[in-house]
Amino acid sequence: MATVAVIDYGMGNLHSVAKALEHVSPETEVWVTNDPAKVAAADRVLLPGVGAIRDCMAEIVNQGVDKEVRDAIASGKPFLGICVGMQALMERSEENGGVDCLGHFGGEVKYFGDDLRDEQGERLKVPHMGWNRVEQSIDHPLWKDIDSGERFYFVHSYYVQAKERAQVAGTCEYGVPFDVALYRDNVFLTQFHPEKSHTAGLQLLKNFLDWNGKV
Amino acid sequence: MALAKRIIPCLDVENGRVVKGVQFVDIRDAGDPVEVAKRYNEQGADEITFLDITASHEGRDTTVDTVRRMAAEVFIPLTVGGGIRTCDDIRTMLNAGADKVSINTAAVFNPEFVREAAERFGSQCIVVAIDAKKVSGEGEADKWEIFTHGGRKPTGLDAVEWAKKMVELGAGEILLTSMDQDGVKNGYDLGVTRAISEAVNVPIIASGGVGNLQHLVDGCVEGKADAVLAASIFHFGEYSIPEAKAHMRDAGVEVRL
Repeated sequence: MATVAVIDYGMGNLHSVAKALEHVSPETEVWVTNDPAKVAAADRVLLPGVGAIRDCMAEIVNQGVDKEVRDAIASGKPFLGICVGMQALMERSEENGGVDCLGHFGGEVKYFGDDLRDEQGERLKVPHMGWNRVEQSIDHPLWKDIDSGERFYFVHSYYVQAKERAQVAGTCEYGVPFDVALYRDNVFLTQFHPEKSHTAGLQLLKNFLDWNGKV
Repeated sequence: MALAKRIIPCLDVENGRVVKGVQFVDIRDAGDPVEVAKRYNEQGADEITFLDITASHEGRDTTVDTVRRMAAEVFIPLTVGGGIRTCDDIRTMLNAGADKVSINTAAVFNPEFVREAAERFGSQCIVVAIDAKKVSGEGEADKWEIFTHGGRKPTGLDAVEWAKKMVELGAGEILLTSMDQDGVKNGYDLGVTRAISEAVNVPIIASGGVGNLQHLVDGCVEGKADAVLAASIFHFGEYSIPEAKAHMRDAGVEVRL
């Protein structure tokens, strides 16, 4: 039986993502765990995360999740990071006065700002909460059967700006253009929540469970 | 602007059953909140709000079980409100699969609870529900006050100032119900909706008084709401979610189709 480890480091609701994975693939065993042995044994690894980056990074370091992530990425097995699970893999976030992150991807996490406006000058609320269009930058196995421009559900106040444009898999716009999906080898990261994004989101999770980790 | 305005059907649930039921022809159990939520999910609702009006303590376990079952089958955001008074209540609902909780009366009696909840769980999952009623007379400057107990008890709190305070304390979203409109079906109170939407920088969900699809448009355009919540127009089969979205799109409102 194929297995996927959802790393549980005490940040956020993992029920939804676990249920969504089970829903798209009843034959996959979903482990919500922080047992390093289980994370190492799983065929696929998913790093979720909600809340403030400082708290998330503190738990990631305290509970040894940084090592689990490093090993999983190095192993070549498919790895998916969602929301703060994406931000944590960047170099640094400006949230909470500046927090160093794991640095697997070059680039920073920035604040949308208190006076964000659209092209017409209308004020935009922060957090960026709701369904926005994701433009796909590349073909990728995780985009299979999902149209470019499809809407996904977002909730975040800080956004990722990748250093390497060649690592960008998807972008979005909310007052500013920003990166909402990154990839490199066996790693794929999303700012949006596929587990809350209905049909398109479930398709992406299914693609992750079908993926062999190669681009 | 590419971010879609959200349409949120609201289920009033008592002891695990949808109050008054829901009229869908093709639904197995119109009183089961999970069946109803699944149906709305399939129709393209952008979120589901689950308002628990169960009074008894024992009934709360039923609620948690309902939330758990719903979260296992509905893959859009789920907000649970009603009876959220402590951080333990919040933790229970989030662990059951809710994405956000809505705090109402508890915030009025203990505003610090909002701060504590936001610090502990993150603003993204803390919705503060505000029930506002217009108290200014004709010819006076507009003024809206916060009411509790289903609109019966005035609190003396100014609705706009209160909303600002809730956001300062960490509310990530405001669910604004305009009481004088509620159930009357004359549409949202656009004045208070706009006043609060312009006063704070977090999303506003307009609620109360929706009688037709134009009211949803008005809430977004004139009321400047970021999301519109409605119950009876969807429950009783007057309009479907796709009809609502088509109407909003035709009126120039960005929606997820």
